[in-house]
Amino acid sequence: MTRKHDSHAIDGKIAAPDEAHDVIVVGAGPAGLTAALEAARAGRQVLLIDEHPVAAALAGSDVPLWFGGRATAALQAPERLIETLVETEPLIAEAFEAGIDVRLGVTAWGLWRNRDGSAALPEAMLGLADGQRSWTAGYRTLVLATGARDCALHFAGWDQPGVMGALAFHTLVARYDAFAGTRVVILGSGDLALETAALARSRGIAVAAVIEVRATVQGDAAHHPDIAVLTGHRLLRAEGGIDGVERVVVASPDGAESTIACDTVILAIDAVPAIELAEVGGSAVITDPQRGGAVTPVGAGEVLPGVWLVGAATGLIGSRALAEAQARAVMAQALGQVGEVAPLDQPFDRMAYRADWLRALVATSPDTTMVCQCEEVSRADLIGVQPPGYLPRPERLCARSLGTLLEDGPPDAEQVKRLTRAGMGVCQGRRCREQVSLLLAMAANLPPKSAPRGNWRVPVRPLPLAVMADRDHAAAMDEGWDVWFGIDTQWIPYRDIGTPEEARHMAELGGNMHL
Amino acid sequence: MSEHYDVIVIGAGVTGLSSAWWLARDGRSVLVLDKGVVGAEASSRNGGGASHYQSPLFAEEQRLWPMMDDLLGYPTEHQRERVIISVNQREFDHYNYIADMCTAMGWPADKIDGDTARAMVPIAGDNCLGGIHLRFGGHANPQRTVQAYAWALQDLGGRVIQHCPVIGIETVGGQVSAVTTPRGRFTCGALVVAAGPQIAGLLAPLGIEVPLMAGRAEMIVTEPAPLMRLGGVDGNGLYGRQTMRGNLAFGGGPHEWIDTQPEGPRARPTTPLSRSLARRVAEMFPRAAHLNVIRSWAGIVESTPDGRPILDRLDNLVIATMSGVGFGLSPATGHAVRDLVVDGTCSFTDIAKLSLARFAGLAPDWRETAGWLPLAAA
Repeated sequence: MTRKHDSHAIDGKIAAPDEAHDVIVVGAGPAGLTAALEAARAGRQVLLIDEHPVAAALAGSDVPLWFGGRATAALQAPERLIETLVETEPLIAEAFEAGIDVRLGVTAWGLWRNRDGSAALPEAMLGLADGQRSWTAGYRTLVLATGARDCALHFAGWDQPGVMGALAFHTLVARYDAFAGTRVVILGSGDLALETAALARSRGIAVAAVIEVRATVQGDAAHHPDIAVLTGHRLLRAEGGIDGVERVVVASPDGAESTIACDTVILAIDAVPAIELAEVGGSAVITDPQRGGAVTPVGAGEVLPGVWLVGAATGLIGSRALAEAQARAVMAQALGQVGEVAPLDQPFDRMAYRADWLRALVATSPDTTMVCQCEEVSRADLIGVQPPGYLPRPERLCARSLGTLLEDGPPDAEQVKRLTRAGMGVCQGRRCREQVSLLLAMAANLPPKSAPRGNWRVPVRPLPLAVMADRDHAAAMDEGWDVWFGIDTQWIPYRDIGTPEEARHMAELGGNMHL
Repeated sequence: MSEHYDVIVIGAGVTGLSSAWWLARDGRSVLVLDKGVVGAEASSRNGGGASHYQSPLFAEEQRLWPMMDDLLGYPTEHQRERVIISVNQREFDHYNYIADMCTAMGWPADKIDGDTARAMVPIAGDNCLGGIHLRFGGHANPQRTVQAYAWALQDLGGRVIQHCPVIGIETVGGQVSAVTTPRGRFTCGALVVAAGPQIAGLLAPLGIEVPLMAGRAEMIVTEPAPLMRLGGVDGNGLYGRQTMRGNLAFGGGPHEWIDTQPEGPRARPTTPLSRSLARRVAEMFPRAAHLNVIRSWAGIVESTPDGRPILDRLDNLVIATMSGVGFGLSPATGHAVRDLVVDGTCSFTDIAKLSLARFAGLAPDWRETAGWLPLAAA
């Protein structure tokens, strides 16, 4: 049967990718660089992109990492930062030498594949962008080495400059040489926190304190004997002035309060696997506390046809050598060689640890503390499922809460997000999604493993309209463009249906009755 | 023993919930069943427009919207009026025709020049030729509104059960008597089927053929822009609005016909169409082109062959599909469904042309004839 063409439908209108590559690797950290080099050595053509150095404006919105307003003006000079990135990561030079097409400052913000609900694409493609424009890129093999993001938890005074994440600190110190602080307090005592302290010291940055809410040091203390940890301590608040943090107030196990001067508070409790691209590409997402929460069911390996996940994005934590070994094993499979990917041996319950910290921080902060900074949603309004401040709160609305929503069924993160706006701001929920998820679970008496979560959407990085815009759009896209489905009878005024007026409207307006 | 309700509504979308709320206001015992959560599908994923002058329900909708916050007891973010601006002559002429058409119907629309448009829409650019200012219509927040219906229904004693798909409809002597679900069997005096794309599958076992095709449509949203005098601004082939928070949320362009499953859509993916939407938004609002797009999403809606609603009663069964244009009209749709259930006929307007019977002679291959086929089947 010959199929009639609905000129208003999407059929054939999505253009082929602007670029075609054999292998695309997203992320030039240790895992991504290793993967790219392995592919190049196997004779494959490779494009390796990395979003660093990120634009100053984006960093100011705490995207992709929680920079906390502690970057220097060096972010204003991306060309110089690219040099620094290359100097601080020897494998980048090696990648250039291996003939890999290395592009720094290029972001992968979308991944589209034909799957349930859409068959509109000529082939799978990534959405890429630099600061000026966006384009699409097709691939035969895609390697997502997207790393991890910072895990933010709220406390009194967290919404000021100088409160930041451990990964942002590592990036500013070790990759950008652009950290503006001088004296830091570190929250957490796992390996991430201890390594953060060690990095700070090695760069002459004073470590005023390392604070742990649990009774014991959580990381490999023997490996860092010179780092003192204040165990069993609670963070009461961060205080500061116009430039942000100036001190924190902590309570010892016996309740004694003390003040510690610092210009930066680094949350190094945990990091979160960066699964954004895998999820928008169609991968299922499960919650695995040992792998750091929301992750793909397949960790390291082929998470979608032709799409391979390596590195911290799989939930892997640990040394650089571990990440490189994992990337080599995954790439052996991706390249059709023999390779076995060792399962992760990570017994530590990362979500339980986050939850312990969050409970302690909730206990010491007023419930007016903002959980979502972008949308200014307080913890009370989140759990009360109350709307933003520009809306009235009539009596019946005040009587509603998460508790009343739970009478209808299990907590639904998307529903709570829509009602409270928590997570709907310009940082795309990077600073609040993990804690919103845990707070909803706690309020619903669910274990962290069952915490409801909001999903990722394209663009997985905020992207200006002018950059996202398809400037070379195919003429096919404009042909038949209609506001809504182009059903010409849909918008005929009811009274005119079946009258000569109906024919006149259709002739005058065609299928675009509602343009 | 099965629980009994005067009316069961299948579908906790905006049409089903408004219907249930109207019935509860009338003192009926009402149960709403949904396969997922309240407003999870197109009811909370649309542009929020409330300016559908073509509908026989429009006058009632316009009467009700300004009262809805008070009637429901919860804020809907309803805002009055719209501006539609053009960036090319074809659009300009098109919008002016619409203005004349609406004015002739008693819905006044002003034709505005470029300077007036820029004064009303500060993010419009030098490319704006002008447009039309609808002195009627408006927009509201779909997500907030659909939850408001659900809560208002519950406040009146109505019940909503989420994650409870209907798997069977029982009849006795041609009358619906009960529905079956994984959570048990519920008996009813009347049934309202407002389950969007799932309506056809639910009613087929009863020998009732409802011609529907599901389509996927996409939208994008930006970070907040300074609030404009009127948030209901669109044009350039787009529909959408500025939310009260300031975000610009817009959709438009090609849809994708898709297959649906009885349990509903498995996924709602977006495509690089979002880049074409971004281009059109940036063209329409050059002074907002620097704003970040922060999300895109897709919704699945059903369309009838003529794109018009089906609002009809067959014995004690009421079928309610708005054919992809249901949000804005929802205050009035619920009223009409209440009338159909209780009185057998709509009290406030003629809806005879929205009957299911108009499709009685429809050829079985109407989808093929129209080209309304999923791509996988092409």
